[in-house]
Amino acid sequence: MSFFVSDQAPANRVSGHKRRIALYCLGALLLLLLAVAMGAAIGETAIPLDVIGKTVANRIFGAAYTLDPIEEGIVWSYRISRAIVAASCGAALAVSGAVLQSLLRNPLADPYLLGLSAGASTGAVLVTVIGVGGGMVSLSFGAFWGAALAFGLVALLAKAAGGGVSAQGTGQIILAGIAGSQLFNALTSFIITRSANAEQARGIMFWLLGNLSGVRWDDVWLAVPVALGGVIVCIWHMRALDAFAFGAESAASLGIPVRRVQVVLIAMTALMTAVMVSLVGSIGFVGLVIPHAARFLVGVRHGRLLPVTALTGAVFLVIADIVSRTAIPGQVVPIGVITALVGAPGFALILIRGRSMR
Amino acid sequence: MMLRAENLGWTVRNTAIVSEVSLSVREGEMLGILGPNGSGKSTLMKMLAGILAPSSGTVTLKGQPMAAMPRRAIAQILALVEQHAGTAERITVQDAVELGRTPWLSAIEPWSPRDNAIVAQALADVDMAGMTRRHWHTLSGGEQQRVHLARALAQQPTILLLDEPTNHLDIEHQLAILGLVRALPITTVVALHDLNQAMNCDRVAVLDGGRLVQIGPPAEVLTAQIMRDVFNVRASFLVDPEDGSRVIRFQPLGLPAANTTLIKEEHS
Repeated sequence: MSFFVSDQAPANRVSGHKRRIALYCLGALLLLLLAVAMGAAIGETAIPLDVIGKTVANRIFGAAYTLDPIEEGIVWSYRISRAIVAASCGAALAVSGAVLQSLLRNPLADPYLLGLSAGASTGAVLVTVIGVGGGMVSLSFGAFWGAALAFGLVALLAKAAGGGVSAQGTGQIILAGIAGSQLFNALTSFIITRSANAEQARGIMFWLLGNLSGVRWDDVWLAVPVALGGVIVCIWHMRALDAFAFGAESAASLGIPVRRVQVVLIAMTALMTAVMVSLVGSIGFVGLVIPHAARFLVGVRHGRLLPVTALTGAVFLVIADIVSRTAIPGQVVPIGVITALVGAPGFALILIRGRSMR
Repeated sequence: MMLRAENLGWTVRNTAIVSEVSLSVREGEMLGILGPNGSGKSTLMKMLAGILAPSSGTVTLKGQPMAAMPRRAIAQILALVEQHAGTAERITVQDAVELGRTPWLSAIEPWSPRDNAIVAQALADVDMAGMTRRHWHTLSGGEQQRVHLARALAQQPTILLLDEPTNHLDIEHQLAILGLVRALPITTVVALHDLNQAMNCDRVAVLDGGRLVQIGPPAEVLTAQIMRDVFNVRASFLVDPEDGSRVIRFQPLGLPAANTTLIKEEHS
């Protein structure tokens, strides 16, 4: 038995590895661009792809194509920004879900597990129904701080209950999240039943199911850096996440600073989720199911899983947004309804096919 | 001294699980940790592995206090095979063993052919080379244990800790795993239940109620008195006619001594 293995020349393999990664990144970028272009082209008024290309050329590279100003306005001011935010949101939520599922070793974990969407809804109704902030703050602002507050409370509760490194620790975090979610959902319902009129109640419900129609370029400058930064931080921890496969103690014995990794990654997913919820409401399904779909496609290793999850989530949400705008003429179906309606059968298909692959 | 525990203690809710354990693991030896259920074996193993912070006392690894070492540096020296570590992930044998390279790879450092070779060697060492594509949940208990061992070997540790590695295995695989561990050219600390298997260790440490009762060569430590005082059984020592090695035979304390000789005669 030769226990120690000699060095071999790895140089050309490593450069081949880099080239392959570069190719994948390029492919992913092209796919994302295609999705955003589709998002810009498809809608109640169909706009040809060349108009979209020319609009982008005009706005970004200062080209001087003559275009119908209304079409150019729709493409640039509404659809492109909307598609980019949808993509950021899809990537951020899907990666958050994947990371939480691995970290907490629970396949049912999703980005809203830690009370974030419940807190966001409470923050949103406080601003819109009660009028906290006296009209000076937006619904997004209220939602973000509601989510942050709920997450803070859940984190404190989990810590007080002894959550953390031990095997039971992950269970405590999940239970604390459930308690927090129930509390803030109840607060939201209480405020709505006490104070909201029918119109406000409907608006809140619409927002809770996800709503991209208010999205503008300002939101892009928030959504893109947060999603990109968050996804990169998560991918940076890919080997640590792999090491959690056999539990936190096993991860520790593989040299992972378990507590630090848990804090960094949970905080990162919470930040991503809070920002996305505050921008577009709590879109369900993406964070729960896209990671599972990605696992069926590329397996459980996070080096492949997280990039594929991000890409799938991004493209999926752009498509879901297109469907939500076009499914019923003259009416926008909440995107959360679409993600579930489109996603659930798709996921069922993956489950059935996955079974035969075993 | 490879690994050293000084006055190690662990207390939960005012109950001492381990108290005042001091021992040193010598380079290259196979040290058995013995004791009845609840004697603190697993807790001691976790503290020795650095994944459980002791309530009192210190663990030093190659002369350095472990509490001050980064986790990664510890994992490059010391690997742990836990009791019942399972996963619900659809992870393959290859994936599971590749995890052993984690302490040697930084976040962006690419996987190298050398890592591949180490993983392949570890799989071959536990006789699992032909099963790399199998999924974890399709493996038998013995195969899962061998995968855990391969993962620990892929860490290329100088010290290997094993917490009851033969639990739930059939006798063939018990002997195979222990033979494998014994043949490794590294220092091993292994918590064991089977006292006859412990006879193959270089030294054994006996725990009772969280305290270290005895440490030394198994033939000296595993006496009839220790069997009675710590394990609550009466032991008689037989000699295997095949190779002259000692075999321990156990009986409940209540039975009269005459019975032993009777059964012994029937067998011979």
